[in-house]
Amino acid sequence: MFSRDTWQEIFLTIRKNKLRTILSGFTVSLGILIFVGLVGLTNGLQNTFEYFFSQDATNVMYIFPGRTSMPYKGYKSLRRIELDNSDLTDIKEDFPMFVDYISPRIFRSALVKYKEESNNYTTIGVDWGQQFAEKTIMMKGRYINQEDVKNRTKNVAIGRLVEQDLFGNSNSIGEFIDVGGSMFRVVGVFQDDGGDNEERQLYMPYTTRQLIEKNTDEIGQIVIGFKEEIGYTGAMAFQRSLEKYLKQKKFIHPEDENGFFVRNVADQLKQNQDFAGVLAIIAALVAFGTIIAGIIGISNIMVYVVKERTKEIGIRKAIGATPRSVISVILLESVFITTISGFLGMFVGIALLSTLGDTLMDDYFIRNPGIGTGLAVFATLLLIIFGTLAGYVPAKRAARIKPIEALNDE
Amino acid sequence: MLVLSQDWNPNKEKVPTMIEIKDLHKSYKMGSNSLHVLKGINFSVEEGELVAIMGSSGSGKSTLLNILGMLDEADEGEYLLDGIPIKNLNETKAANYRNKFLGFIFQSFNLINYKTALENVALPLYYQKMPRKQRQEKALKYLDQVGLKEWSHHLPSELSGGQKQRVAVARAMVAEPKVLLADELTGALDSTTSYEVMDLIQKINDQGNTILVVTHEPDIAQMCKRIVHLKDGVIVKDEKVKQVKALANV
Repeated sequence: MFSRDTWQEIFLTIRKNKLRTILSGFTVSLGILIFVGLVGLTNGLQNTFEYFFSQDATNVMYIFPGRTSMPYKGYKSLRRIELDNSDLTDIKEDFPMFVDYISPRIFRSALVKYKEESNNYTTIGVDWGQQFAEKTIMMKGRYINQEDVKNRTKNVAIGRLVEQDLFGNSNSIGEFIDVGGSMFRVVGVFQDDGGDNEERQLYMPYTTRQLIEKNTDEIGQIVIGFKEEIGYTGAMAFQRSLEKYLKQKKFIHPEDENGFFVRNVADQLKQNQDFAGVLAIIAALVAFGTIIAGIIGISNIMVYVVKERTKEIGIRKAIGATPRSVISVILLESVFITTISGFLGMFVGIALLSTLGDTLMDDYFIRNPGIGTGLAVFATLLLIIFGTLAGYVPAKRAARIKPIEALNDE
Repeated sequence: MLVLSQDWNPNKEKVPTMIEIKDLHKSYKMGSNSLHVLKGINFSVEEGELVAIMGSSGSGKSTLLNILGMLDEADEGEYLLDGIPIKNLNETKAANYRNKFLGFIFQSFNLINYKTALENVALPLYYQKMPRKQRQEKALKYLDQVGLKEWSHHLPSELSGGQKQRVAVARAMVAEPKVLLADELTGALDSTTSYEVMDLIQKINDQGNTILVVTHEPDIAQMCKRIVHLKDGVIVKDEKVKQVKALANV
C-alpha cells in the first residue's frame, strides 16, 4: 500500500491535476488557519484578563464612603458617610475569620520638594497592609510599617519615578523631602506593575496624615485583604455581612445602597473569568464549526474528485485495478494533500500569531495570542482523519462502480 | 469449401478451447420493463482464432463482449475462459482475471489522458506489481511493436486517433493476455487508419493470439477468420470466412 510505486502514482496524479490539488489543499489550510487563529486570539484575550488582575491582589475588597439616599432612624437622606479609625478596629475585631490585613487609604495631592526639584504627586496615607493589596514591590529600603503607624513617624516610601524626578541618579534613602510643607524622611523606593501613575505616588503612615490634618480620625477609603482560603463563596458571604454590619453601625437604611460602596475584586475577577470563559466557549464552538466545515469541504471535493475520475477508474478497473487499489489511490492522495496543507495551515497560523505578539494589545486587548501545539496538532489530525473517513465513502462507491458503467461515463 | 487452418496443425493435437459459453442470458431493467438482450448464446472460440461478432445496434453484441470481458455479469449460463469457470467472481478476483487473461481495446481508446503513452501501456503491469524498470522495458517493447517507440513520452492529446488506438493495442497486449477483446476498435477512425489498425490486429493474430472483434462494419469483419452474426440476442449465423488482408487495402 505504501510502496514507492504507489507514491509515484500519487505524485504523478497530484502534479497532473494541479487545480484539484490546490482547491482541496486550500480548503484544509484555511480551515486549520482559522481554527488556530480563533483559538489563539481567544487565548490572547484571556491572557489580558489575567494580566489586568495580576497587577493587584485578587483577595481584596475596597470600601468607599458615599451619601445616603434614604432617611433612616431620624437621619435625613443625602447624609455624607465618613469612615474613621473605629471602623478599622471594629472590622478587625468582628471579622477575624475573614480579615487578613486592613488598611485605610487617604488620598491627598501634595507639592513635593527636594533641593531645587519639586513636583505635584499623590500621597496616600496607609497602613502596612496596603503593600499587599497593591502588590507593591520594594526596590530599596522598606515600606511603611506598624511602628510608623503607631508612632506617627514622618517616614515616606516613594515611587520609582518620584525618585527619578527629584533625585536624578543620586540615592534618596535617608534623605529628607518636603511633602506639602512637612519634612519627611525617605525610607523606601518602590515599583509597581500598574503603570507609571502608580510609580508617581508616595506612601506615608495614615496616622501621620491624620496628625497633619488637625488630628482627625477620618480615613477616606478602607482596603481589606481577606484570607485566600475562604474562597469565592466565603468572600461573597464576607461582603454581605460586612455591608449589613456597616449599615447598622452607620445608621443607614438596610436597602440604601448609596451610603457606601464595596468593590470586591474577587467578585469582579470571578465575573471576568466567567465572561472570558463564555467567550472561550463561543470561540471554541466557532473553531469547532470551522473544522466541521473543513471536513465537509474535503468530502465535497472528494465527491467531485471521484465523479471527475469515474471514467479513469473504469479504465483502471478494466485493465486490472482491484477495488482496494482504487480506494487506496484516492484515499492516499487525499490524506497526502490534507496532511501537507493541514500542517501548512497550522504553521502559518502559529507563525502569524507569534508575529502579532502584543501589537493588538492597545486596541483589541489581545495579549500574547497563541495556541498550545498539542491542540493545534490535534485539530489538524482530526481534520485529516475525518476528512479521510469522509473521502472513504465516495472512494468505496467509486470502487464498486461496474467498469462498464464507468467507461460509459462522459 | 473453406479450408480450416487448424487442419494443418502439424502436431495434429486438438487446439485448446479458449472461450466456451453455454446458454447465456442477460436482461437489463429499464424502469418497470425488462429488456432481454441475450437470449441463450452458445459458442466457443479456440486458441489463435480471429473472430468478428457482427450485428446491428441493439443486437446484443457489445453486451456479449462485456460479459466475455468480465466487465458485466450474465444472468444465466456458463462461461469458461481457458477452462476456468467465470462465475460469482468477487470484484478483486474479477480484476485479477481481467488483468491476467484479457486485453481490452475500446472504440474511444480509453487512455488515461494525463499519462504518457509509455505510462498508459505500463499500467496493466503496475497492477501485476511488476518492478518499475522491468515494466517500462516491457511497455517500450510493445510500443515498438506497434511502431510508436518514438512517441513513448507523448501524452494521448498529442497523438492522432490511429496512434492512440495503437497505444491502446499495445496496452492490451503488454500483459500477454489469453484473449484480446476489441469493441468497435475502428469506430472512431477513418478507413485508411482503420485498415492500418486491422493490419496490426492481423499481425498479432498471426503470432497466435486469440482475438474477438465486435464490429458492425462488414469490411472489418471480412478481415477476420470467422464471423458470428448476432440478431435480437441470438446467434443467427456462425461462419468461417476467407480472411482479407488489411494491408491490401491500405
